[in-house]
Amino acid sequence: MSTSSNSPEEKQTVIPRDAAYWAKQTKTFKVSNAPIGALNLNVEGRQALSPLQGFGQMWQKTYRIRLEGANVQPSEVIKTWKENFPRFWPKGNRFNAPLTGIAPGEVALLNLSMPVGMRLSTGVMVLYADDESFTLMTPQGHMFAGWITFSSYEDDGCTIAQSQVLIRANDPLYEIGFHLGGYAKEDRFWQDTLKSLAEYFNVKAPVQTQKVCVDPKLQWSQAKNIWQNSAIRTTLYTVSTPVRWVGQSFRRKPETNN
Amino acid sequence: MPQANVVMNVRTINNTVSIIDIEGDVSAFAEDILMEAYAEASLPTTRTIILNFNGLEYMNSSGIGLLVTLLIRANRQKQRMLAFGLSDHYKHIFELTRLNEAIGMYDTEADVLAVA
Repeated sequence: MSTSSNSPEEKQTVIPRDAAYWAKQTKTFKVSNAPIGALNLNVEGRQALSPLQGFGQMWQKTYRIRLEGANVQPSEVIKTWKENFPRFWPKGNRFNAPLTGIAPGEVALLNLSMPVGMRLSTGVMVLYADDESFTLMTPQGHMFAGWITFSSYEDDGCTIAQSQVLIRANDPLYEIGFHLGGYAKEDRFWQDTLKSLAEYFNVKAPVQTQKVCVDPKLQWSQAKNIWQNSAIRTTLYTVSTPVRWVGQSFRRKPETNN
Repeated sequence: MPQANVVMNVRTINNTVSIIDIEGDVSAFAEDILMEAYAEASLPTTRTIILNFNGLEYMNSSGIGLLVTLLIRANRQKQRMLAFGLSDHYKHIFELTRLNEAIGMYDTEADVLAVA
């Protein structure tokens, strides 16, 4: 049997080793350090999600690459990854990193390519970041609810770089999309990201992929998440752009006449 | 892989309630130890698994991920999961990650056993 020596009072005064690594923010996204010109759509004020709030099956997928011969420490891999995160993303997708970099609580704006030429504007919040890992958390409307953790560690004298997602599709539409090729696309996305990272260290290696269905059940109570669907909202925003332009030009006219 | 810096002990309170005492670090490296502790705590009659975080010294996001997978595993066995002994810092993390919506948090062992 175990008993703890810490009294409740002592525990509250001791600062945990991980305290500086966690986001201090509340449950909603606040965009404060976005690059100029980045589209802040479907992000501001949205609630942060864990894998528990999604609709679809819960999956844990782990993608690993061995940086054989790179002679690089895990902390250096993570430092490089944080500093160059957008550079390692597959082409056609934009990661607008916060100006302050990947740090706990910061929000990045994303512009992702979807099937049939659709775009998806969303974001992620840095939930946790230390020297050997960092985790991104998704908002309402994102294609999935959950966390993506990027980490690096040593195994048998070789440094490993890893991406691990713990996710559920956010609503029924996304769940259908994932089963119609979305999952395969997502696998390629993270595999390509890891290959780009490895190439930065002059390593060419295959990516090991491990998939575990943590919960095969659908959460029908979360089907209502579809109202926040960012793909639908981005599409509506895009097709209504000419209407907004016309509206803005009418609103501007009286000012210029005065 | 680095060694796990955590010890977990299981106490069976009665036929339906078990407590897992966690001392040390909860990170990805604690997975095997946590799942072994859960297997020991989960009897066919167990309906409530309680996590004692009084001895928690460090937890990263992979550790939170582990708790999510453990929660799902317990729920699939029709068990609920409760916790006690979390400091204000870790309570904040449970709220930030919305784990508090699925794992009931209590201050002391006596408090949690009163509702278990």
